[in-house]
Amino acid sequence: MPFSLLKYGLKSDYPFEQDADLPAPTELKPSYDVVIIGGGGHGVATAYYLAKYHGITNVAVLEKGYLGGGNTARNTAVIRSNYLTSEGVKFYSESVKMFEGLSNEFDFNIMYSQRGQLTLAHTDATVRAFRQRAEVNKHFGGRTELIGPQEIKELVPTLNMNPAHMPVLAGLWHMDGATARHDAVAWGYAKGATQRGVELHQLTEVTDVIVENGKVTEVKTNRGTVNCGCAIQAVAGHSSLMAAKAGFRMPITTYPLQAMVTQPVKPFLDPLVSSSALHCYVQQTGRGEIVFGGGSDPYPLYNTRSTLELKESLLAHAIEMFPFMANLRLMRQWAGITDMTSDYSPIMGLSPVENYYLDAGWGTWGFKSTPICGKTMAELVASGGKVPDLIAPFAMDRFDVFRQVNEMGATAASH
Amino acid sequence: MKIMPCPLNGPRNISEFVHGGEVRDMPNPTTCSDKEWAEYVFYSDNQAGVVTEWWLHAASGYWFIAERHTVTDEIIRTYDPSEIFKARVEFSAESTAQEVSA
Repeated sequence: MPFSLLKYGLKSDYPFEQDADLPAPTELKPSYDVVIIGGGGHGVATAYYLAKYHGITNVAVLEKGYLGGGNTARNTAVIRSNYLTSEGVKFYSESVKMFEGLSNEFDFNIMYSQRGQLTLAHTDATVRAFRQRAEVNKHFGGRTELIGPQEIKELVPTLNMNPAHMPVLAGLWHMDGATARHDAVAWGYAKGATQRGVELHQLTEVTDVIVENGKVTEVKTNRGTVNCGCAIQAVAGHSSLMAAKAGFRMPITTYPLQAMVTQPVKPFLDPLVSSSALHCYVQQTGRGEIVFGGGSDPYPLYNTRSTLELKESLLAHAIEMFPFMANLRLMRQWAGITDMTSDYSPIMGLSPVENYYLDAGWGTWGFKSTPICGKTMAELVASGGKVPDLIAPFAMDRFDVFRQVNEMGATAASH
Repeated sequence: MKIMPCPLNGPRNISEFVHGGEVRDMPNPTTCSDKEWAEYVFYSDNQAGVVTEWWLHAASGYWFIAERHTVTDEIIRTYDPSEIFKARVEFSAESTAQEVSA
């Protein structure tokens, strides 16, 4: 990489990447071994690993809009693994490790930036919970520790240590915490997958899933019907609606999640900072903008509209944390659609339909799982339905046997 | 601020209300299977369209039913639960306790 950069530097003509583009669109083939519904990060990552590790390339990724244009483009791009349960930590820390090597693997810069993530505790109960999370995380090889107010002040000198009259007692300092350019992750995977023969069909909406004798036989799209050996749904934000087409219900409720960004300012904030009590997280992007996010909206909706009340409450909390931000202007806002499960863990693996696999329930933890999710879903599909150990705890039927993987405390609004 | 027309208190800011989930029939917890109970507690139609839901006006502790469009965010109609529930629903704590001890 450094030598090719030097070579480009010495050239007189503008360097270009010859294979930068995705292949031109083609007609749908009548049949594919694997149909992936949804061309977001998870869908194209699954296609990539199917082609790369399992040699399965007769794969179509069907995307109703454009590549990575759904919730892949709407999250706040936080990568972390400091969850609470051993099942959760094992899964997410594998993803964090994969993210570290992605730019090299793609030969394409995903702007991965390991700046650490700091979650603030304002009550004794939260401090105890953080101590447990730090130990669980360390046990599974993550770098997380509990730090005191003095260290927090050194890490984030601009932080108000007494926001909303709730003194900062301690912080969960997760050194593996990082951010990356979310679009680039989808592009990198899509490029790698299509180079290996996978077909990506954008503007191709799946309108129905045909199930015969308990098996998926074909999917209907706005561009015609295709037969499939098996199908994967990776449609975060519309999981219940797609599952309904395949004929079953899911333990999911869908809410919007609003986020917003300020005008760019000088770099002042290195770690990603979130507060457990104020339900607010704040990070500065590589461009200098400050990104704010909070919890999902208070009631279910399939709509990315903006509300003034959420802006008011979220920004009031953000200004408590960083008072000088009151002088900044908000540049834009947006919303994503979050498929929330009651235990704040995903739903991955088998479905009531034999050869129809689920990659769903990605609430507010989908982007950070993209690589490991693609890898494990590819393993699941390639083995013909043998669920990898890493994702076995996330099976949908955990709800039927009351064996939830409770990540609420480590997820709600701390991202 | 979005306005919720409360059948008891009239139009109020939606931030005064708490969403309570879909209106659906509860299976008898003492006789239903685990799967039926899980279906009732966790699973949901989660439709994109008009849904019938429980809502609570937190300040007055009043539960009512709203018909709402989950794509357009329109509240179509709100009404007192007595329109649907004609008889009082009894929750028998005794029969549940017996089931557990047996």
